[in-house]
Amino acid sequence: MPAPDAFLDVRDLRIHFPTDDGLVKSVDGLNFKLQRGKTLGIVGESGSGKSVTSLGILGLHNKRNARVSGEILLDGTDIVSADPEEVRKMRGRRMAMIFQDPLSAMHPYYTVGHQIVEAYRVHNNVSKAVAKKHAIDLLGRVGIPQPDRRVDDYPHQFSGGMRQRAMIAMALSCDPELLIADEPTTALDVTVQAQILDLMRDLQEEFNSALIIITHDLGVVAELADDVLVMYGGKCIEYGSAVTIFEEPEHPYTWGLLGSMPRLDRGVTNRLMPIKGTPPSLINVPSGCAFHPRCAYEPQTGGRGTTEVPELVESGRGHLVRCHLPVAERKRIWQEQVRPKLEAGS
Amino acid sequence: MTESIAREGVATQTPSKEALLSVTGLQKHFPITKGLLKRQVAAVKAVDGIDFEVFKGETLGLVGESGCGKSTTGRLITRLAEPTGGKITFDGSDITHLKTGAMRPYRRDMQMIFQDPFSSLNPRHTVGAIVGAPFHIQGVKTEHGVKRAVQDLLKLVGLNPEHYNRYPHEFSGGQRQRIGIARTLALKPKLIVADEPVSALDVSIQAQVVNLLEDLQEELGLTYVVIAHDLSVVRHISDRVAVMYLGKIVEVADRESLYSNPRHPYTVALMSAVPVPNPRRRASNQRERVLLTGDVPSPIDPPSGCRFRTRCWKAQEICATTEPPLVVREGDAPGHQTACHFPVADNEEVVGRTKTA
Repeated sequence: MPAPDAFLDVRDLRIHFPTDDGLVKSVDGLNFKLQRGKTLGIVGESGSGKSVTSLGILGLHNKRNARVSGEILLDGTDIVSADPEEVRKMRGRRMAMIFQDPLSAMHPYYTVGHQIVEAYRVHNNVSKAVAKKHAIDLLGRVGIPQPDRRVDDYPHQFSGGMRQRAMIAMALSCDPELLIADEPTTALDVTVQAQILDLMRDLQEEFNSALIIITHDLGVVAELADDVLVMYGGKCIEYGSAVTIFEEPEHPYTWGLLGSMPRLDRGVTNRLMPIKGTPPSLINVPSGCAFHPRCAYEPQTGGRGTTEVPELVESGRGHLVRCHLPVAERKRIWQEQVRPKLEAGS
Repeated sequence: MTESIAREGVATQTPSKEALLSVTGLQKHFPITKGLLKRQVAAVKAVDGIDFEVFKGETLGLVGESGCGKSTTGRLITRLAEPTGGKITFDGSDITHLKTGAMRPYRRDMQMIFQDPFSSLNPRHTVGAIVGAPFHIQGVKTEHGVKRAVQDLLKLVGLNPEHYNRYPHEFSGGQRQRIGIARTLALKPKLIVADEPVSALDVSIQAQVVNLLEDLQEELGLTYVVIAHDLSVVRHISDRVAVMYLGKIVEVADRESLYSNPRHPYTVALMSAVPVPNPRRRASNQRERVLLTGDVPSPIDPPSGCRFRTRCWKAQEICATTEPPLVVREGDAPGHQTACHFPVADNEEVVGRTKTA
């Protein structure tokens, strides 16, 4: 096999769930690459397939009820076709995950230290005492005060922010090369969120790991991500550097997300510009472009929007867009219509 | 420049407004009991003496982090919880300790929108029954029958009136929130308390509901108290904003005044923590960010004096001994009240980012 040029290389990933109501295509043909030391932000609304993707990368889908196809190459090893036992050894050691809700992701019956020690000893043949020292060390590094005392506390004795820090400590216990954070700050208050985002940034610099951050909050993405992948209906609809996505977005859905969000760094807008309608059901994904029933520019595609699935095409350097509108037209609409409205408040 | 004009405009307007709801010294202490005899050993001081007014036709935003007492405040003013102290005056009458029956006539005039559209609607009732319930409970006669009234309400909130016989599970989150809003509007209330009305919804749906709330306010002349933790949503929707910390209001002001010139250190920290969707400003955001250390202290045994002092970079001795009153500070717009001994000045160097880990 040729040496892959990226640390993580996802090729044509499809994750489908057969259900009584029909086939749910949660992820339908996803491609992306990620280098060590870089951060990818995956943005999307509920049901867009972003969390299913993250579980897929960790190889956590049960083969009995999920059909996974495509390739997920982690440093050359394909996770999709690998033996589950082999994937299990990689999980925690080479890749780890930070979950949204640390209260439900930690076991309430065991101390925080016990859980970190357990994770560490699965992958490292060390004594309990050594592992505990390692756990204390990690807790200190993620900013928990008096780690030698708090290591024996139970999860409920920690505050929300501390629990999230402990989760990060657990995820980092084996120095993973790939870290996936699924809505890591959604359950937290803004001041705590700022602390956690800072911590994740500092730790990434220290460990030079690849980081995938999954969120619906564009502010969080702008703070952390180098590249941004926007998902809609199980597909990537726009991909580009963070600056490109925020300053020259070309997909009408991305425009809609930006218009839906009041911003503190600009003047007060009189009116938000929401996207009409609701996110699609994944059982009955709309024909053609999945976004067409909600798209204001659909009539300009000459009917192709309803019949033909648009391809993900490069429209600029490293900027991919899945849209029927001609590139020049998209750039014109953004410059002349959408952007002035978004900036009207400032 | 436009900003200063806008601020003056609001400032001259405010005193002429009439208060619909006024709250003084409002308190809610939840007792902690111990032993067989349920002896009270301590109390969670969820809301500990707050004063504010809500003027007719305005939107008051109530922001703060979890556990600051903002939701309890919402439940107290709608009298879903019994206050342990203070006074609530609604539309000229004292409703602080009214019993359920005596409270009922007032319930027509004050309604609540809840956060979670999945648990706030009875799954066994049709939309018609849910939205029509207020008419039956209050014994209100409708001109063309309840069904017609409900259908008009559904139309008003942007739902299809033909969905009268459907059940809540047939609707998406955003649509359910609209059903909740329709129910709230049934009796044409004067005051609506919305507790995190959009935080459970997707970004694109949030904007739809925010716009709907604004349209309804204009159309029906409603007064809102919006409780939320999202500072950008609150700024968008509110005329005035009150910031809460550990059961107290620490700062209250007109929207423009508060966001352009926050005086309380907590407000400053809170605002600087909001991630800004601009990747080019990432580096400068980090430098300007005020990182609070530690966690919010327990409301069972809050710090003496100013409650924020344990996390405040400006705290001095007086902060531990004397509680700062919520008053207008020198040079501030009228109505901009701050509870701080050392309010942050406009051009002040705020102690920058401190490394946590």
